[in-house]
Amino acid sequence: MPAPIRLRELIRTIRTARTQAEEREMIQKECAAIRSSFREEDNTYRCRNVAKLLYMHMLGYPAHFGQLECLKLIASQKFTDKRIGYLGAMLLLDERQDVHLLMTNCIKNDLNHSTQYVQGLALCTLGCMGSSEMCRDLAGEVEKLLKTSNSYLRKKAALCAVHVIRKVPELMEMFLPATKNLLSEKNHGVLHTSVVLLTEMCERSPDMLTHFRKLVPQLVRILKNLIMSGYSPEHDVSGISDPFLQVRILRLLRILGKSDDDSSEAMNDILAQVATNTETSKNVGNAILYETVLTIMDIKSESGLRVLAINILGRFLLNNDKNIRYVALTSLLKTVQTDHNAVQRHRSTIVDCLKDLDVSIKRRAMELSFALVNGNNIRGMMKELLYFLDSCDPDFKADCASGVFLAAEKYAPSKRWHIDTIMRVLTTAGSYVRDDSVPNLIQLITNSVEMHAYTVQRLYKALLDDISQQPLVQVASWCIGEYGDLLVSGQCEEEEPIQVTEDEVLDVLEGLLVSNLSAPVTRGYSLTAIMKLSTRFSSVNRIKKVVSIYGSSIDVELQQRAVEYNALFKKYDHMRPALLERMPIMEKTATNGPTEIVQTNGETESSALDSKHPPSITQPTNQANDLLDLLGGNDVPVIQTALPTKPASAGGELLDLLGDLSLSGIPPMTAYNKNGLKIEFTFERSNPNPNISVITIHASNSTEADMTDFVFQAAVPKTFQLQLLSPSSNIVPALNQGSVTQVIRVLNPQKQQLRMRIKLTYTLKGAPVQDLAEVNNFPPQSWQ
Amino acid sequence: MIKAILIFNNHGKPRLSKFYEHYTEDTEQQIIRETFHLVSKRDENVCNFLEGGMLIGGSDNKLIYRHYATLYFVFCVDSSESELGILDLIQVFVETLDKCFENVCELDLIFHVDKVHNILAEMVMGGMVLETNMNEIITQVDAQNKMEKSETFIFQSPRQDR
Repeated sequence: MPAPIRLRELIRTIRTARTQAEEREMIQKECAAIRSSFREEDNTYRCRNVAKLLYMHMLGYPAHFGQLECLKLIASQKFTDKRIGYLGAMLLLDERQDVHLLMTNCIKNDLNHSTQYVQGLALCTLGCMGSSEMCRDLAGEVEKLLKTSNSYLRKKAALCAVHVIRKVPELMEMFLPATKNLLSEKNHGVLHTSVVLLTEMCERSPDMLTHFRKLVPQLVRILKNLIMSGYSPEHDVSGISDPFLQVRILRLLRILGKSDDDSSEAMNDILAQVATNTETSKNVGNAILYETVLTIMDIKSESGLRVLAINILGRFLLNNDKNIRYVALTSLLKTVQTDHNAVQRHRSTIVDCLKDLDVSIKRRAMELSFALVNGNNIRGMMKELLYFLDSCDPDFKADCASGVFLAAEKYAPSKRWHIDTIMRVLTTAGSYVRDDSVPNLIQLITNSVEMHAYTVQRLYKALLDDISQQPLVQVASWCIGEYGDLLVSGQCEEEEPIQVTEDEVLDVLEGLLVSNLSAPVTRGYSLTAIMKLSTRFSSVNRIKKVVSIYGSSIDVELQQRAVEYNALFKKYDHMRPALLERMPIMEKTATNGPTEIVQTNGETESSALDSKHPPSITQPTNQANDLLDLLGGNDVPVIQTALPTKPASAGGELLDLLGDLSLSGIPPMTAYNKNGLKIEFTFERSNPNPNISVITIHASNSTEADMTDFVFQAAVPKTFQLQLLSPSSNIVPALNQGSVTQVIRVLNPQKQQLRMRIKLTYTLKGAPVQDLAEVNNFPPQSWQ
Repeated sequence: MIKAILIFNNHGKPRLSKFYEHYTEDTEQQIIRETFHLVSKRDENVCNFLEGGMLIGGSDNKLIYRHYATLYFVFCVDSSESELGILDLIQVFVETLDKCFENVCELDLIFHVDKVHNILAEMVMGGMVLETNMNEIITQVDAQNKMEKSETFIFQSPRQDR
């Protein structure tokens, strides 16, 4: 068969291919030829074939059938074969193939070969792809080579040792004796790799670290020689003597000096010398300076040195070279936590970097700017950051917006400024803010009571301009729903009040409902807002009309809301003011909290009818009974929960106001009164079903501390059925400042005397308390 | 540690690919494509550092690249390497290639990819920098080439070179 073509020929042929398909064809043809050549066990051309195979592998074609051939090449006597064989092994084989273990013996023989280059090849391959088994077998050979006087082999052995240690950390001890005089070498290559080996050992084992600390003086001396030696042609790179070695030594010094005073002390002088003497006109000088700065920041250096380091970084920031600026910003980001004041001095330069064209630099500058914001510079910084937000790429906007919110929350000098900032973010980057910011903002607005009028006015004006940014629209419609009356009455103090009529406001909200730009969630927000305005505005008829139109909307969510609001108008008009009144100030809970509140707020009105806690709303008895009747009639299962919900507390307050009314003529009773906790029962009879008694418990606390995690449980004899509804809260405030209420419904078909066993658990002053009691003194009217 | 060294041209064709960590063949090709995609988007006067793509390890790894005429030299490194130092290393590598090939151009890299591998093997081993002295590297490479040539002569092999 004809001699296989040379690699060069193959490459030329492939380059003439004009399409991917042509190339694939050529390669397949050649692969077939190579395969048959391998089958023939042709020793002379094997080397050529494997070389071609490697080229095809680089282009992305499968070449695994050549793996065994590589092994045969390695076993050959010729250097040429070995070279290609080892290269092929490094490119094609890895520890996942079992084949690689066959190499072990070859490598072992080659490590003891008479020619240093063969030994070098073996070391190289072992160092690149040796698996843990191979490393274990061959570690001894590597260790021997580490002690040889041949510098070519010594440096390769050092890096191979690093690889062995990475694969099999237990073998680290083995290399310890060989490291004794590594640093006394003159050859820079060996020095370099030895420092790498020492670095690896120190990073892996704290014992080694302590052991090698004694080398610090030697390292300092070597570094000094490098700096002071003047021009040495062999190691010179752009005028500096072996910068790579300098950088390596500095890194090792960093590791050795970390959290150790003595070593840091020994290094101070040399670090200062390097920092001041290095030429900064070329990249090499800057590389050394950069490493020096990192080292100074990490070890226990004296403060003068630290200031010097930060000033070097500041100078870097002004450098024209982008790379230097990038590197400076990265290191400043690392040091801003520890040396905050020093970094503050360079704040203006950092802020200027925000305007850089380079994306990587802009991102670093943005992160650093947020880290530098504090109470003093918040106004200035925020101006710059908002300007940045206006003009930056979309990828940045989300991060920048969240950063601005966080910073504003922490350092806002005044509520008005805070709201202005939020408005600005919403109008410029509104579509990029994160989802959880809407409820957070709503909570913030609710809590700044005096700013309501101002806020709603500004939001209204923003809505007039632009309704495409959903978060802005959602917050705005919520606010208009809540504070629409302030808007119309023109009460704003902070700025010029605008003249708005009720109709205009309703126009805007209705516009949101019909607009194509509004997301379904936004439509929900605006429908609820319109509904809330029915208690604040006088044009109720218009609102009624809108609500009834949406009762037949295709969107199920809108439809449900509209139908329920309609029902509110028709049958439960008396409840409407109570349900739709202003939201109370929300407590700042965990991040999930506000979201829940907003949703339940939206749902409260609509779910009042199938709500889980109807009897909390105390009304004239017959209407409460109507509610219960509705519940009793509907097969809506009333879920037994022990979790408190906020709207219930709003209702609970109402209950407290009217709590003293003895509703159905049955006298209340005290069921439990011990250790400061008093539980009172009040009774109602549900008219349609005389077998059901509704008992409301009122728990009050006369001690000086609040009772938290309060849980009330009750059990009744078998002939009764008991249903426990949600409590209003599980904290009973101290000194009778309030009470927890919970409703129990008891079904008593056999009209037997009501008896109950109750269990109370709560935490008082950090100590958990549990108690059981029997309640037998029910008044006869309650169960007869 | 250096995770990978890639050389590709302005159209994304790989001219050299050396990985110091284990990836499957498909992943290797994907990495080359992804790296080319990231690097080719860069403007001429921005900095030479990029965050690594998804495949090659995400945020811990950086791509440090230099663009010479028609070729991109990309070193993918992790956080233990100094970025500015690697930039210098790329420069030393290219200068060495220049010395070895006499005014190196893309064609030299195309037709002598195995020689480029040999030169690289004298500089970087197992993902760590072995030797940075250009003369030393060239001496070693020359000596090994001489050995190869002498073998050819002795064994009278029909082929002259690969």
